[in-house]
Amino acid sequence: MIENLHLIIDVCLLAFLVLIAFAAIKITNLFVATMLFGIFSFVAALLFLDLDAVDVAFTEAAVGAGFSTVLMLSALRLTGAIENAKHRHSLLGLFIVGLTGAALIYGVTDFPNMGDANAPVQLHLAPEFIALTQEKIDIPNVVTAVLASFRGYDTFGETVVIFSAGVAVLLLLGSGHVEPKREPEQNMVLWIVVKPFIALILIFGLYVQFHGDFGAGGGFQAGVIFASGFILYALVFGEGYARKVVPASILPRFAALGVLIYGVTGLVSLLSNKPFLDYNALSSNPVSGQHMGILLVEAGVGLAVFSTVLLIFYSFSGVNHNE
Amino acid sequence: MIISLLSDICLLLGGIFTLTGAIGLLRLPDFYSRLHGASVTESLAAPLLIVGIMLDTGLTLDSAKLVLIIVIMVVSNPTITHALCRAAAHSGVTPKMETKNTKEKQSQSETEISGKESK
Repeated sequence: MIENLHLIIDVCLLAFLVLIAFAAIKITNLFVATMLFGIFSFVAALLFLDLDAVDVAFTEAAVGAGFSTVLMLSALRLTGAIENAKHRHSLLGLFIVGLTGAALIYGVTDFPNMGDANAPVQLHLAPEFIALTQEKIDIPNVVTAVLASFRGYDTFGETVVIFSAGVAVLLLLGSGHVEPKREPEQNMVLWIVVKPFIALILIFGLYVQFHGDFGAGGGFQAGVIFASGFILYALVFGEGYARKVVPASILPRFAALGVLIYGVTGLVSLLSNKPFLDYNALSSNPVSGQHMGILLVEAGVGLAVFSTVLLIFYSFSGVNHNE
Repeated sequence: MIISLLSDICLLLGGIFTLTGAIGLLRLPDFYSRLHGASVTESLAAPLLIVGIMLDTGLTLDSAKLVLIIVIMVVSNPTITHALCRAAAHSGVTPKMETKNTKEKQSQSETEISGKESK
């Protein structure tokens, strides 16, 4: 019964995903399409949650549904909300898309079934990671161990990708300049409710940052949550005031510092004759070395993600104010 | 036994109110009344569902976290509704009031407003 229930929920959520995707393609109002993308991300997060991938669901909800929606909305302020209705139907395009889709579906048939106990990943990688996490790293959350230690190279690459995204946006749009309004718009209800909420959001961000070893969470989610606190401040009190709290000029440095913390952690182990990002070198006790390495690396990721997210938000809304 | 029954009742009521909110969101005529319909989901259905889950899990750290979620929802939802309403009013969304009694008054006031805007 329970297994069937999971199957029903999965099928419903997947059907929702397909429906939302079609609606988002068909609709010409870009504002509605943005909201549909947000809903798409939330449904995807639910699907991940049902598959017991809590960390992935958390990231999808924070980044996909939260941050991307804010970004798309600030982009819409620049472009306008209505799509230019030029739907040219090209047969060649249909053919290529159809061919690619067919190739992808054909490729899927080679995949092992979902949850197949004999799939290669279940036979070799997963048992090794689970056993080694307890033995060598000694933290409850295997996902964090894989992300920050076993697969530290990949995560370093992801952090650099996020950093370069921030740099690219900065080069294209600039960080803009917004003066605080002399008399901000009076809105007592929002002010009173939002003030303690920002504190709560920041505390929750720190909790997620440092709780990654024990449960769902880590630098990526924490960075986005922390930035969303400041974005909320910018939206309610005016962006000029937010720029006084966290100046736009400091953010690229913070982002670079985050990547630097990650890289230097790897270099330290390199200098003590161990492989790059082997945290055993950080302390005389290999296990506490791993703990320290994961803490440092997650701090670097959190700092880089936070500064990049806020920087991109500033860039998008800064352009709007200048013109 | 009684607690699990109470939990079931809460979950069922929460489900019913979620459905009511969804129907309201689809069927009500204008922005403000739709907002009113939708806010039922967050301010009544979600706390009921969470209370249902809390009764099921018993007194643990998880239920303490659920209490926090209820508090945050109960405070944030009316605020969000307020902000949405305000934004809509600022951008000139007018409520539809086409009942038999108000139809004439409404058309009068609408002409007044459009007259003001044209000036």
